[in-house]
Amino acid sequence: MSGGLYDMSVKSFDRTLDLTRIKAYGDTMNDGKVQLSFTLPVKDDEKGMEAARQLARKMGIEEPNVAGAVKLDEDFTFYVVYGSCIHTVDYEHIEVKTVESSVMSMEEVNEYIRSHFGRKLVFVGASTGTDAHTVGIDAIMNRKGFAGHYGLERYEMIEAYNLGAQVENEEFVRKAVALNADVLLVSQTVTQKDVHIQNMTELIELLEAEGLRSRFVVICGGARITHELAKELGFDAGFGPRKFAEDVASFAVEELTRRGLDR
Amino acid sequence: MASKLNLDQNKVNRARAAARQVALDTQAFIDQHTTVTVERAVCRLLLIDGVNEVGVPLPNVVVDHLLDKGLLPYGAAYALGNAMAETGLTPQEIAEAVDKGELDLSKVAPHSLDEIKAAIEPTARASVERIRQNVARRNEYLSAYGDKEGPYLYVIVATGNIYEDIVQAKAAARQGADVIAVIRTTGQSLLDYVPYGATTEGFGGTYATQENFRLMRAALDEVGAEEHRYIRLCNYCSGLCMPEIAAMGALERLDVMLNDALYGILFRDINMQRTLIDQSFSRRINAFAGVIINTGEDNYLTTADAVEEAHTVLASQFLNEQFALCAGLPEEQQGLGHAFEIDPARENGFLYELAQAQMAREIFPKAPLKYMPPTKFMTGNIFRGHVQDALFNMVTILTGQKIHLLGMMTEAIHTPFMSDRALSIENARYVFNTMKDLGEEMTFKPDGIMAHRADEVLTKAADLLEKIEHDGLFATLERGTFADIKRMRDGGKGLGGVVLRSEGYYNPFLSLLAGGAK
Repeated sequence: MSGGLYDMSVKSFDRTLDLTRIKAYGDTMNDGKVQLSFTLPVKDDEKGMEAARQLARKMGIEEPNVAGAVKLDEDFTFYVVYGSCIHTVDYEHIEVKTVESSVMSMEEVNEYIRSHFGRKLVFVGASTGTDAHTVGIDAIMNRKGFAGHYGLERYEMIEAYNLGAQVENEEFVRKAVALNADVLLVSQTVTQKDVHIQNMTELIELLEAEGLRSRFVVICGGARITHELAKELGFDAGFGPRKFAEDVASFAVEELTRRGLDR
Repeated sequence: MASKLNLDQNKVNRARAAARQVALDTQAFIDQHTTVTVERAVCRLLLIDGVNEVGVPLPNVVVDHLLDKGLLPYGAAYALGNAMAETGLTPQEIAEAVDKGELDLSKVAPHSLDEIKAAIEPTARASVERIRQNVARRNEYLSAYGDKEGPYLYVIVATGNIYEDIVQAKAAARQGADVIAVIRTTGQSLLDYVPYGATTEGFGGTYATQENFRLMRAALDEVGAEEHRYIRLCNYCSGLCMPEIAAMGALERLDVMLNDALYGILFRDINMQRTLIDQSFSRRINAFAGVIINTGEDNYLTTADAVEEAHTVLASQFLNEQFALCAGLPEEQQGLGHAFEIDPARENGFLYELAQAQMAREIFPKAPLKYMPPTKFMTGNIFRGHVQDALFNMVTILTGQKIHLLGMMTEAIHTPFMSDRALSIENARYVFNTMKDLGEEMTFKPDGIMAHRADEVLTKAADLLEKIEHDGLFATLERGTFADIKRMRDGGKGLGGVVLRSEGYYNPFLSLLAGGAK
């Protein structure tokens, strides 16, 4: 199906990098090459492949090459498509909200808390709502941590309470008050049908209704959480994948200082 | 079978004896108690079904009524049998009358135990006969089509909509899947009732209901007939309704059930007394119905470290084995769980995985072991993920794991697409075929890394089990030995549903289900 191992086509496009008009990169600047795969609810035949090509063109893929077509069931076929994407992006003018705090090590965080607060800080975390997954909150809080990054329970100057999964927002807030928390951590793993958005919004509304919002630093995390989404929903910060306990702790302690809650 | 790992049989015996004692000690506690869901399971086995006008399942209506009237310590069958002797109504009619407030089971004239038994046993026996016929039907399919040699390919469907699940399940079966597991919606494990009817809304999964079981069973029988293979159906016999789900599964011919003695305590914070009592009756039902249970040790490794805590997996497998035997569930139905969860960055990690899988195979030779794919170290990099899954597939074929839960390269991103499943099946079939007899050809160095690893894990597991035997299971769970999670004897959810049995407790299914259906 492919045109052979070596690409003999003449490259007529401009090969200079222009950061206001970047394109996808295969092996030559501005070649626009992308790979994608998808399933169509059709039979595995010539007509199906043409449907795949047409769909790719509509996505802005020039000269789509259907490299693979695999029958999944009588009326379902899986396609692997390569081609050149015509679209460009202005990289120069992109603004992204990220958490702005320097990341300290576990010892540095402990030292920071000792010098700025002179007492242990209380972190209360949970996977809230109907979410039964503890993998996210455990990665941040469990003593062992994740991928070699110790969890908050190991931090000498942090008193960490991991309430586990399926904690209702009301219960979460009640425990946070009872434990005299400084920082609340909310983990959301299940994001089907945006159930996490609804649940996280509810927590912020609850805190505001009780007049407790300013008392806590409130942070959320999860595989599909971005800092931008978190800010939009009224959280102080959001942490997605590849963030560890020290990222969360560093932000939290500095945020408490920014609010003048240190001694 | 000669041990490839030079396992010290004395240590195996020591571990098993300790686990046996722990299970026996706990069983003495179990046998003095019942729970609301055990009694609702009895109602379901007496074919009480349906919901009232506000959506409360009738088994809940009856059991809540009995709890309220202080009759639950005698067992639901006692009160129902008494009402049957008095009124001549069926259990379903009695449940409906209780719901309407027309019948107060505490006000029914008392009959003798012999009269109660005579009234209820025909219904109980008919229900048990239906389960026996389901077992016979499964055996007919298996003898007509033959059963699969080698690992069963196990895939999940999780759309939230039973009708969409059926489309996915049929496609997966045609692609080669042997076991279809319908993932439950998040949160169902903590419902103290079983939802009713066909459902089309769920988060991360689909409600386990008897109607959903029936629909999926019919669909898999249909595709099985086309494919000339028996496609096994799996669901979750866990959470606050373990025995009820077991009863529903037995009535609708499910083949495999997630069913762990400790999982709910650790990972769902369900009260330990409740879970231990519930697992016992659920396993008695599963045993009779010929259901292979899958235990959840793999979950320990999603929180605890797979190298440091491997011995807790083995210790839990021994405990699950002994609890299952106490409930009459034979080794051939014990799909003891473990997982491929060592950090891919670890040097020689594959050797450790292989040693641990081979160790489990040798220690539990008759058990259809359930082997779980990598999840904890799956990233968004699907291409590396596919390689991790290939290594996992190799361990299964080299060590003879039986229930092989296929890893998906899109793990940690989304519930599987139809194409993800097809690519996983292709991956597993390739590895299983090209390495089919490699395990038979291999021996391990008697004093090598793998033999040492297996001995280390076994030694620690045996020591741990002896400590548990000394301290008792409840105290062990309170200390946080498994998965680093601490649970209190009187903490967690569902304790309110635990009831001390009275002297006159009656449950006809305890004896009717003993001994198996075959």
